[in-house]
This record gives sequence, structure tokens and C-alpha cells, in this order.
Amino acid sequence: MNPNGEMVLPEVLQALADQFEDVTWLKSHGQDVASMPAELWKPFAEAAKGAGFDFCSDVTAVDWMRQRPERFEVVANLLSMEHGVRLRITTALGRKDPTVDSLTSIWPGAGFGEREAYDMFGISFEGHPDLTRILMPDDWEGHPLRKDFGVGSVPVQFKESHKV
Amino acid sequence: MTDEKTIDATEATETVDLWVAGTEEPQFQPTDEGQQEMFVEETDERLAKQLGSVIDDDYLFDDDVEDDERMIVNMGPQHPSTHGVLRLQIEMEGEVIRRTKPIIGYLHTGMEKTAEQLTFGQGPTNVTRMDYLAPLHGELAYSLAVERLLDIEVPERAAAIRVLMTELNRISSHLVALATNGMDIGALSMMLYGFRERESILAFFEKTTGLRMNHNYIRPGGVAADLPPGWKDDVAAILADLPVRLAQYDDLLKENPIWLSRTQGVGVITQEEAKAFSITGPILRATGVNWDLRKAFPYSGIENYEFDVPVGENGDVYDRYRMRVLEIIESLKIVEQAMDRMPKGDYRIDDRKVTPPPRARIDESMEALIHHFKLFTEGFKVPAGETYVAVESPRGELGCYMVSDGEANPYRMHTRAPSFYNLQALPITMADSLMADTIATIASMDPVMGDVDR
Repeated sequence: MNPNGEMVLPEVLQALADQFEDVTWLKSHGQDVASMPAELWKPFAEAAKGAGFDFCSDVTAVDWMRQRPERFEVVANLLSMEHGVRLRITTALGRKDPTVDSLTSIWPGAGFGEREAYDMFGISFEGHPDLTRILMPDDWEGHPLRKDFGVGSVPVQFKESHKV
Repeated sequence: MTDEKTIDATEATETVDLWVAGTEEPQFQPTDEGQQEMFVEETDERLAKQLGSVIDDDYLFDDDVEDDERMIVNMGPQHPSTHGVLRLQIEMEGEVIRRTKPIIGYLHTGMEKTAEQLTFGQGPTNVTRMDYLAPLHGELAYSLAVERLLDIEVPERAAAIRVLMTELNRISSHLVALATNGMDIGALSMMLYGFRERESILAFFEKTTGLRMNHNYIRPGGVAADLPPGWKDDVAAILADLPVRLAQYDDLLKENPIWLSRTQGVGVITQEEAKAFSITGPILRATGVNWDLRKAFPYSGIENYEFDVPVGENGDVYDRYRMRVLEIIESLKIVEQAMDRMPKGDYRIDDRKVTPPPRARIDESMEALIHHFKLFTEGFKVPAGETYVAVESPRGELGCYMVSDGEANPYRMHTRAPSFYNLQALPITMADSLMADTIATIASMDPVMGDVDR
């Protein structure tokens, strides 16, 4: 932030900010975050790769059930090794059939992260070459990291206790 | 019993031409001259191949293979050389691997879900069990993320202890990598030596943290306990011992012709592939990319220490092995500097909202007792926000994405596990290579399944 209260972006990001008007920029604890509508997800990522973000560190998601109007938030952490800059891009998806474009055609390394987000949150990534469960068994029902998925517990039975 | 069903014993024995002891030996028919000659259609070329003077390896580039020559081999999950419960589905043509699919999740325990149930103070107990060979790095990433959300800075001594401990942890983790790498390729002595030297570091960890692994030592606000009395002697002993041992490992492996032929030019990853597939750590540096988070995004004051980042050239198994050896040497430099200039002061932040009061205060002050009780039952609240903090673990970029909604538990905690992303490199690395190189390649990736599956 400069003294006038305006956000100051690194040079690499300023070019991206000029290119996309619908993207909201904010600073979160010193890190640059760009939020965008879902249809800009892939075009923005392509532009970011062109601007030097040659590395996709991570793709994950957050479930904002009953806290935000759009329930799911997909988060990708991008990195420019050349400039030494990190950028986090996020997009919000609705409760019903959350779908967003896959980033695998831009960074193949996003593949495992997207599969994990699909497995854990049920978010579909269009254009992913192999969108299957990655950590949970193939026949598992539900998506464990959703907030409405219970933690589950095993009742402890002590030897002398009465049967519950 | 009717006549048809009775068997004529004499007829049955006559048809079987067996020699019975005590009877006359059967006459063997000698082979005639025509049968003694070699196969008539045998050409000189074919003969040369059979004798081994001409090596026929054009099948490596032959794409017109019929379907019945393809074979699916399931390797793992319970295979001793897959480093835990990694399962690989390998499609082969003869000895050549065409496609590989890593199948993971056998060790998935839902740690990210568990993290949402635990308070911020309990969190390190959880994350330390992810990458069990580098537990302190997991704790560090978690603690740094919480501290950034809280907007606090740990005292200098706490930061220096963190650097000391994580770099020692890097050495112990790389020693295991060298040991298992050696064992998988057949250098069994390396396995014994690597684990032996690691033991000296684990003994120091046990003295300091109380446990050999899963320490829960680095916590939000600092570390759990100060360094024990006489810690300098222990660290100095490690510093004196390890360079000698590393020289011995070099004698054993560095120019060993068997080791070289098993590792050089095997499992090659190029720079472009490594970047495209989000590969970090020694595997990325072995391809020639000078990238280390300790230099790029320094944490815990590691920018004040002098060390180099070893960078490889070829991106093969041998370079990855060299990276780990050289990184141990660099980590030793950092450990030595941290030992020499260990600052005096508190080992955790003096903020009663985050860290419990000193033990002595609890005996004399009711408020201190209440504070202690509240911290360990309710935990402390962290302002709403989100952040991503990454540290350079022995396997690469270990990131922690932390989202807080202002409560005492993380709203979401995600770990960017280096082994998880590094495994994506297996299919491209193993394609069109020989089955015999599989084990060398997997070992050089050094995946920790606890880190992969979480």
C-alpha cells in the first residue's frame, strides 16, 4: 500500500492487472492475491504463465459453507522463479455442481492438486486428463473435506462398562 | 465288478517304457549325423546374436508392438523398495516401460480434516506426522503460518534454534535418502552407514525434544523447550564426525563403476519437465535450476547464514544422489554457524496469549495457572485471514496454506506436500526406460508416503 491507500503491485503483476479488469486484487499478510470469476480462471492463468509464472506450486480448495454466498473457493499458488514473486489466484464456485477449467494444459503439475481437490471437495476440473479420486478409495461416497462431512468417531468400549 | 472295468495289469506295464532296477537296461538310440548339425536355417547374424557378439536392442525404439506383447505389472503397494505403500501400475513391452501410473492414498489418514478439529496449539502434533523423516520442517511451516496470521515475531534465540534443528533434520533425512538409495541399487553397506550416522542426530533430537521422531518441538510462538545442557558438545561431535563419514561414503560410491553405471543417465528429468510438473527440492536442483526457498523466500533469519546451493547438471539419479551429499555439507555449515552464534534470550515469545507461562510462575500465581489451563483447553484465537508459507524441506517446497475464521481451530489447513507433487514426475521419468532402472528412479525421488498421502 502506498500512502494514498492504493495497492502497489510488483511490476510483473501490474501488467496482468491492466490486462484483466474483472480481477480483484488484494494483499493478504504481504502476499498478492487475485480473485476472479470462474470464466477468467484459465485465461488469467495463461496470461500469468506468459508473464513469467512458470511454476504452479499448489492447487487446493476451501469450503465456505454457510459463510459465503458462493460455497467453494479454488486456490492456486503460482510462483515465478525468474522474478521471485508468488501469486495466489482464487475463484469462487457455487454450491451446485462446482466446475472450473483445469490448469493442467498450462502447468501439467497442477494435475495431482486438482485431483485432490476433486477427491476432497467434489470440484470438477474441465479438461483434466484423469479426474479420478486420488487419496480416497474409488468407491468412497462423499467428499471428506467438505464442512458437512462428519469427522466420525469410534465409540470406546471399556471392559467393565455397560453396553451402549 | 464287471469285466469291462478290470484293468489288464500286464498291458499297462508294457506301454510304459521305464527302466526298472534289476531288469535289462533299455538300448538308447544313437543320434545320426544329420541331427548333430546345427539348425540349417541359422544365419551368421542370428548366430552372432545368440553368442552375444551383436547386441540387439532396437526394441527400445520399435513402436509396432502387438497387443499381446504388452503387459501390465502391478508394483506394490507392499513392495519393500517402493518406500512405503506406493503402488505403481506399469505397462511394459518386454523389458521396456511404456506407461506408469502411481496409485497413492494407501496411507491417507485425513490429516487436513483432523487439523480442523485441533486447536492451533495442538496442530504441530498433527503435521509432524506427515513427513515423518523431516518432522521439524512440517512443524516449522505450520508454526510460521500461524505466526504470520497472528502477526508475531519469535525471539532471535527461538529462530536460531529452529534453524539449527531443521538443518540437522535435513541432514538426518538426507542420510536416510542416501541409505535407502544405496540399498535399493545394491550398495547395502551404504544402508548400514546412513542409518548409523542418522542415529547420532536422532539421539540429539531425543535429548532436546524428548522424542526421536514426531517431536512437536517447534510450536507457534517459538519452540517447546530450550536446548538441553551440554548441547554444544553433542552438536560439535556431530559436526566433527559427519565430514569424515561423508568422505567415506564418497570413497564407497562416488567413483564406484557399478554405482555409476546404475545411476548415470538413468531416470533423467529435464529442467522444463521439472518446472512443468511442479517438482522442487534436490530433484529440481539436480536438473540445473538454482532454486532454494531458503535463498528465495528466507524464513527464521536463515538469510544471515552463509551457505551455497548445490546445483546439478544432468538431472539423473547420480546427480540427485550428489545433491543430497552436497546439501548435507551445506547444512553442516549452517549448523556450525548456528551453534557458534546462538543468541541468548528466550526460546519462545513472551506473549501470554500464545505461549504458556513459565513453569515456576504456575506454582505461585493463580492467574498464571488459569492462563496455562485456558491455553491448553481452549487454545488461542487467531485473527481471520489466510496465508501460504513455504519452507525448504529435504524433499522440496513444503507449504502450509492456513485459513482462519477467527476461532481457535484452523478453518482450513492444507499442506503442499513436496513428495506428493514430486511423484508426478515418475511417469515421465520412467517412460521408455528399462524395468531394472525403476527401483533406482523411485529411490532417487525419495518419496515419503506419509507426506504423499497425509
